[in-house]
Amino acid sequence: MSEPATLVPHAQSAPPIRERVKYDWIAYLYLLPAILILVVFHILPAFYAFWISTQGGRIRAFRFIGADNYLNALQAPEFWGALLNTVWYVVGTVPINIALGLFIAYLLFQKIRGRGVYRVIYFMPHVISAVASAIVWAWVFNPTGGIANRLLGLLGLPEQKWLLESDGVFKLIGQGFGMDLPGWLSGPSLAFVSVMIFAVWQALGFDVIIFLAGLTNINAELYEAGKIDGANGWQLFRHITIPLLMPTIFFISIISIIGSFQAFNHIYTMNIAASQPLGGPLGTTRTVSIFMFDQLYSQQRAGYATAIAILLALIIFALTLVQFRFFERGGQENAQ
Amino acid sequence: MNRDKLKSQLTNLGIHAILISGALFMVFPFAWMILGSLQTFHETTLGTFLPEQPMWSNYYDAIVAMNGAKPCVFDPAAPLDILTREKGCMIVRYFFNTMVMGLGTVLGVLTTGTLAGYAFARMNFPGRETLFKLLLATMMIPGELTLIPNYVFMVWFPTPESWIATALNLPNAEPHNWIDTYYALIIPWIATVFSIFLFRQFFRGIPNELFDAALLDGATHSRFLISVVLPLSKPVLITSALLTFLGSWNALMWPMLVTNSPEMRPIQVGLRSLITEAGTQTQLLLAGATVTIIPIIILYLFLQRWFVEGISNVGIRG
Repeated sequence: MSEPATLVPHAQSAPPIRERVKYDWIAYLYLLPAILILVVFHILPAFYAFWISTQGGRIRAFRFIGADNYLNALQAPEFWGALLNTVWYVVGTVPINIALGLFIAYLLFQKIRGRGVYRVIYFMPHVISAVASAIVWAWVFNPTGGIANRLLGLLGLPEQKWLLESDGVFKLIGQGFGMDLPGWLSGPSLAFVSVMIFAVWQALGFDVIIFLAGLTNINAELYEAGKIDGANGWQLFRHITIPLLMPTIFFISIISIIGSFQAFNHIYTMNIAASQPLGGPLGTTRTVSIFMFDQLYSQQRAGYATAIAILLALIIFALTLVQFRFFERGGQENAQ
Repeated sequence: MNRDKLKSQLTNLGIHAILISGALFMVFPFAWMILGSLQTFHETTLGTFLPEQPMWSNYYDAIVAMNGAKPCVFDPAAPLDILTREKGCMIVRYFFNTMVMGLGTVLGVLTTGTLAGYAFARMNFPGRETLFKLLLATMMIPGELTLIPNYVFMVWFPTPESWIATALNLPNAEPHNWIDTYYALIIPWIATVFSIFLFRQFFRGIPNELFDAALLDGATHSRFLISVVLPLSKPVLITSALLTFLGSWNALMWPMLVTNSPEMRPIQVGLRSLITEAGTQTQLLLAGATVTIIPIIILYLFLQRWFVEGISNVGIRG
């Protein structure tokens, strides 16, 4: 983990004069509550997970079955389908969120009047629980009486089943043009795309705030210099903002991708609010997290669910390493 | 000159037009929710915009639906009865549970974070840097991995009072696990590496001179922490408290796993079960959703500066 630039250097390490080194043994007492909780509920469980993943049966009646859970998971079409869906979720939400978030943050950054008010509004969905907002969005996408179908009607387009639609969006669009796309080209289901719209709505404000913080850190003199050299707005954005904002963009991409792999609340609540089974319709909204939870909660297969969680954790771990690698490099560049 | 001015004004207008349409997209679900919560069921199936007559009774009906179709009674003679399932009102109980969970978690996070953050920032002890780096490394453990083991712990752990009672061989002593207790809702969440990190960073920024002066006056670490450091640390305390409270208020997966009985459900789980109970009665669901988000919206509007600053800090931490 790289240190933020705001840190105060003189407080960094032990007192300067060697002779004065006197240990504060009481420090361990100060650390005790935090360490105790973290060890019991954060570190120990991570190791214990490996043991659970080798167990079959219910929680109170575990029995050792070795690597069977992993083998079963890796052979289950549902697992690979869930992984593919997770990738669709990343593709469908992360780039849109970053592009829109940066765009809006950039507009807000232009010393615009009412910036504070806009910021409050854009961030508002982020503080609302997924259950409450899913209820509203499920109604928006309700085939009878939902506003989404009314909008389609106004545009002269055919009504859709939205959260109940298991057909892929590309297939549906193709049908609109009278084309019949092959199955592998049909894309994520319309139900899943509806969930993605909901997720983008809720996450956008977060990205806007982070990008605004990043933009504020860019030295204003650079823009002045660019203007003197006759650069127009787009050129300033392209050659000053984007390069200097690269660390922020990378940071947001990685945490959004990791967040997508962990995405649960949005999908789960939309499934429930649309009276669909978990991951429905026809498993087209089943991501890895949803698959794991379903195995644990509905199927009572704790060992199997843990094996899936470990596979998921490995993916997240790899993504985190990429992030750390990048930031270590970025930190060194800044230091030079 | 005049043309330039006109041009910049037009640009400004364009920017506002874009921002306002974006803002409308952000706000419309809230407006839609409130309008829908006042419609009849029939109106919600037609895509009505304004209800013909506002159905305020939807709110009452939603609260009754959350109460297992039983009307809510408040008896001034026994005010605490409102928290019970038989005589009371479950939505009050749900909110109460959420408050207990939220405030308990906040209190815990602030306490453990302050103490550990102070030790890492201001105290000198063997293994300080190594221990801190180890803690940072554990931030990579995703919640998915610890979810199931922690759930198993909740099934295994005896509650302190039942453990003591059994150990003392008290009559009727029966081991009770953490499922359906506030322990399960609060204790696993009262320390986070992130808040320790936040506190340490902040405490390191406090000038050494203050510390030296206090030491000359013979102050101990605990005195210094309480009378000098904490009063200076309002920003980090508020940020940490708000983000923790928000996370606790909106938590869903964990409370769902560790609560079986309705008496222990926080409001989000209560709202989630309303979806099952009220079924397709959209107007009741919308009324229920409105009730649950009003407190958090009010909190947000009053403290929005701290929310935004907190999130910005999270980003800079990278």
